[in-house]
Amino acid sequence: MAADHQAELAALSREAEDAVAAAVDLAALDEVRVAYLGKKGKLTALLKGLGRLPAEERPAAGASINRAKEEVTHRIAARREALERAGLERRLAGERIDVTLPGRGQERGGYHPVSKTLRRIEALFAGAGFTVADGPEVEDDRHNFEALNIPAHHPARAMHDTFYFDATRLLRTHTSPVQIRVMERDGVPVRVIAPGRVYRCDSDVTHTPMFHQVEGLLVEREVSFAALKGILHDFLEAFFEKPLAVRFRPSYFPFTEPSAEVDVECVICVGDGCRVCKQSGWLEVLGCGMVHPAVFEHAGVDPEQWTGYAFGMGVERLAMLRYGVDDLRLFFENDLRFLRQFR
Amino acid sequence: MRLSERWLREWIDPPGSARELAERLTMAGLEVDSVEPAAPPFTGVVVAEIEACRPHPEADRLQICRVHDGSTTVEVVCGAPNAASGLRAPLARPGATLPGGHAVEAAEIRGVASAGMLCSAAELGLSDESDGLLPLSSGVPVGADLRDALALDDTILEIDLTPNRADCLSVLGIAREVAAGAGSGPLAEPEVPAVPAVHDEQLEVRLDAPAECPRYCGRVIRGVNAAAPTPSWMRERLRRAGLRSVSAVVDVTNYVLLEYGQPLHAFDLDKLRGPVHVRLAAPGEPLTLLGGQQVALDDDVLVIADANGPVAMAGVMGGENTAVDTGTRDLFLESAFFAPQRIIGRARRYGLHTDASHRFERGVDPDGPARAAERATALILELCGGEPGPLVETASADHLPARRPVRLRRERLASVLGWRLDDAVVEGALAALGMAPETRDDGWLTHPPGWRFDIEREEDLIEEVARLVGYNAIPEVRMAVPMGLPRLPETRVERDAVAHTLVERGYFEAITYAFVDPEWQRRLLPDTPALPLANPLSSEMAVMRTSLWPGLTAAARHNHHRQHERVRLFEIGRLFHGGLDDLSQPMVVAGLAMGPAMPEQWGAATPVVDFYDVKADVEAVLAQTRDAAAFTFASGEHPALHPGQCARVLRDGEPMGWLGRLHPAHAQAIDLPDATILFELSLEALAPARLPRFTPLSRFPSIRRDLALVVDEAVSVGALTAAAREEAGDQVVEIRVFDVYRGKGVPKGRKSIAMGLILQDYSRTLTDRDVDDVVGRVVRRLEGAFAAILRG
Repeated sequence: MAADHQAELAALSREAEDAVAAAVDLAALDEVRVAYLGKKGKLTALLKGLGRLPAEERPAAGASINRAKEEVTHRIAARREALERAGLERRLAGERIDVTLPGRGQERGGYHPVSKTLRRIEALFAGAGFTVADGPEVEDDRHNFEALNIPAHHPARAMHDTFYFDATRLLRTHTSPVQIRVMERDGVPVRVIAPGRVYRCDSDVTHTPMFHQVEGLLVEREVSFAALKGILHDFLEAFFEKPLAVRFRPSYFPFTEPSAEVDVECVICVGDGCRVCKQSGWLEVLGCGMVHPAVFEHAGVDPEQWTGYAFGMGVERLAMLRYGVDDLRLFFENDLRFLRQFR
Repeated sequence: MRLSERWLREWIDPPGSARELAERLTMAGLEVDSVEPAAPPFTGVVVAEIEACRPHPEADRLQICRVHDGSTTVEVVCGAPNAASGLRAPLARPGATLPGGHAVEAAEIRGVASAGMLCSAAELGLSDESDGLLPLSSGVPVGADLRDALALDDTILEIDLTPNRADCLSVLGIAREVAAGAGSGPLAEPEVPAVPAVHDEQLEVRLDAPAECPRYCGRVIRGVNAAAPTPSWMRERLRRAGLRSVSAVVDVTNYVLLEYGQPLHAFDLDKLRGPVHVRLAAPGEPLTLLGGQQVALDDDVLVIADANGPVAMAGVMGGENTAVDTGTRDLFLESAFFAPQRIIGRARRYGLHTDASHRFERGVDPDGPARAAERATALILELCGGEPGPLVETASADHLPARRPVRLRRERLASVLGWRLDDAVVEGALAALGMAPETRDDGWLTHPPGWRFDIEREEDLIEEVARLVGYNAIPEVRMAVPMGLPRLPETRVERDAVAHTLVERGYFEAITYAFVDPEWQRRLLPDTPALPLANPLSSEMAVMRTSLWPGLTAAARHNHHRQHERVRLFEIGRLFHGGLDDLSQPMVVAGLAMGPAMPEQWGAATPVVDFYDVKADVEAVLAQTRDAAAFTFASGEHPALHPGQCARVLRDGEPMGWLGRLHPAHAQAIDLPDATILFELSLEALAPARLPRFTPLSRFPSIRRDLALVVDEAVSVGALTAAAREEAGDQVVEIRVFDVYRGKGVPKGRKSIAMGLILQDYSRTLTDRDVDDVVGRVVRRLEGAFAAILRG
């Protein structure tokens, strides 16, 4: 009797295991589970038939049926996992994409190279405590010339090619009038830079009638030409991000004295001589000097008590050198092929 | 100023090459712009003399010249109109190489053998154009190599002088500067002996305006040959200085001007009537200038006048009627000092700029006239012959510029330069510049020489000392400054943040001119008067902009014409509103978008940009204020914009900008796509921002209810949502419009607006009843106010 039972269980177990292995999907597997382990399942039925066995055989028989059930349960779980994994793999395989296709959405625009350069200059001087000052572009004669020690008929005026509106109103020819406006408004000491548009009645390959300058002004109890040399050398090396030779040449601006032009070692040829530096190895990039006492007097500042330095630079020129632009006029054509290069 | 190196080296001869000399000048503040050879390379050219000319048998315009080249006589075919017997001219012998590598060979020209080529100045690269052979004066020896004879192995220094250094507008001035520098050697200033008078004739000079002309030297020279040729050496020096040879007498005055910086003028004595007056012109007084220009003089113009009226504009230009010509026999030579204040600006006013006015307006040495007159006399006698009268100086000592002593304090010098110099160095520098320093307790008292008009105050001397010791010798110092933190206002939208937002949203920054085409601007903004420039560069840049749109649309067209279908540009800049006396110059940000709303891409439609695409960009900019609720868009009218697609942007009800589609008529006029969207916002109005203010987060779930309401086309969604928001109260945290539908199921002339109401409470979970209640209120309000009908 016991042997019969054992044989039947063994046969049923093999049958169930075959059925599990043959299940091709989760639904079929579930049918197998119901057929063998469900309430009316075949292995469940065997358990129910234990009552017909002699009492002393029941425990052993029951234990072997339960082991068989566990075995089948385990196989079903393993099969389920295998089927699920295969299913996921099929799905993932179907979802493969071409990662080399471009991304979707809005593209980023970009800053104008002159703006980029202005922001950079502002940031560098902000690091030394200079704040940004502003002034009108339609200026008066007093701020643009008179107060800067350039009286009427001064030969320096002829060099400015001024746009006029009437006898006394004009488009500022430089950012220097902001020096006067700042001292008039805030008094001294002063530590400002004044970036902005300036205008000259001149247009050719190397001149546009509008361009940008950054003016700097520092007024303290005691400021020296040596300090001016220091900050400008530091600025140029910081701007071009490399050590550079710098030289100061005597020059003339009515509103500074001593006045200097600042040349930087050519950043293109590193001093060897090239087309950009006209074979000289030097590039003129800045004008500067000690604030002229007459300017202090015009702004109501006592030149015996205060000294200062001022400097001015052409932004387009610095941008051209920094980014290798070889035609000034491109800055104001606003051609997207140009603008895209400076994002 | 252009100058021959060899000429300069006759006065001062520092060691080193032309480049080193140029460097020395540049570092002294006399910037040398260029160093060029006085003549391009050529070889095999000698001085020859034409002995005879006969016509070419086969060509009307050619001559056969018999030419002596010092050793042999050859025949050369020549087409120059001035080829004539007795003329000395350059001869390129066979085997010569002319500028540009042009090789000269013996040739046969129309059947006649030609042993070389007679040359013009242009053929030798000495001028841009020539109208014949380069004539050589009798002092140039026949047979000599032309390069040696004319000293052509020379360089031309072009010096860009600053306006304060008028004293350097001469060989003397530059030589003095070089000599002041270390290691230059001595200044070899040639002696200028006084020319003794051989007769007594003089012309009386009256200084009627002694402040304007305190010194006038005049001399009568009789019996000159004004038709005498100018010697080649002088012509060459003039040429290298950029001056054309005119006539011997004029060339001498120009030569002395270059040599000493003193302008001179020679009158034809026979054409002068009576004493010469130096006076201010009577208003409107006429004068015919050299070259024939007729001017009516203002009463602040200084003139030289005779009994008949003005004969020269003093210090600027002589008159035509008293000019020296080839028939002139007797000269009156003028060498005067005119005060800069009286010359400055006058030449420019009459459209003139002369070598004389350039110098007088900047300042000429008041002690220089006599020496220059003596030098010029000697040269005229040498070139043209003649008999000199006495040199007569008329002067008003009281009016001659007084050179005030200028002090230099030792401490001031050290503090301005940031560097303490030895007294001996300072004194050496001052002495080298002719400042005659006297030692004082606190420094020096200097006596600037007459030619240094620019030395008036202490700073002028500080600069001179610094210049002479060399700017590059001054140390570089890092200044110690008080520490301080910058201000970073969080309640302002800075322009950089505005730019950043637009850049991130696909806009490229443009910079356009602040002056625009008045026609185009008037078309876009007919009601806004624009400020016109008095002297515009061109008619397309004649008025100041009153909007950034004229510039941006022009920039967009530039790109459109270069196959850019999609253009998004913005600019931040000033506008110019009002007249000169009530002008405002506000900063604005403006933008333009045309073409596809998104870049062309796979897997997504790229419809053409419309109002709402750009509105989102504008809203993103406005959102930086954290005060989005303050902004409203009201249907508006702007002449530049489509009447149905135009919004005024308001902040707290105050207009602060525009957004809309470019009027199709304008788009067509400028050749832009029909759908071009523009905006412009005041940066000042945009600037105030709210500080972020924390509000607690609700712990309770939110509930969303969607409504679809059919309203008349005329009802604006803005009004609808505003009313809904007002009615809903605090529990509605957001209203989202997610669809606007027209078509099947909605009557013509009406539209269906779908909106989602999101409700949430801070103290409890809302029930269906709460939600029904709020939604019901909103619907009733919209039904009542807008005749809205709830769609099923």
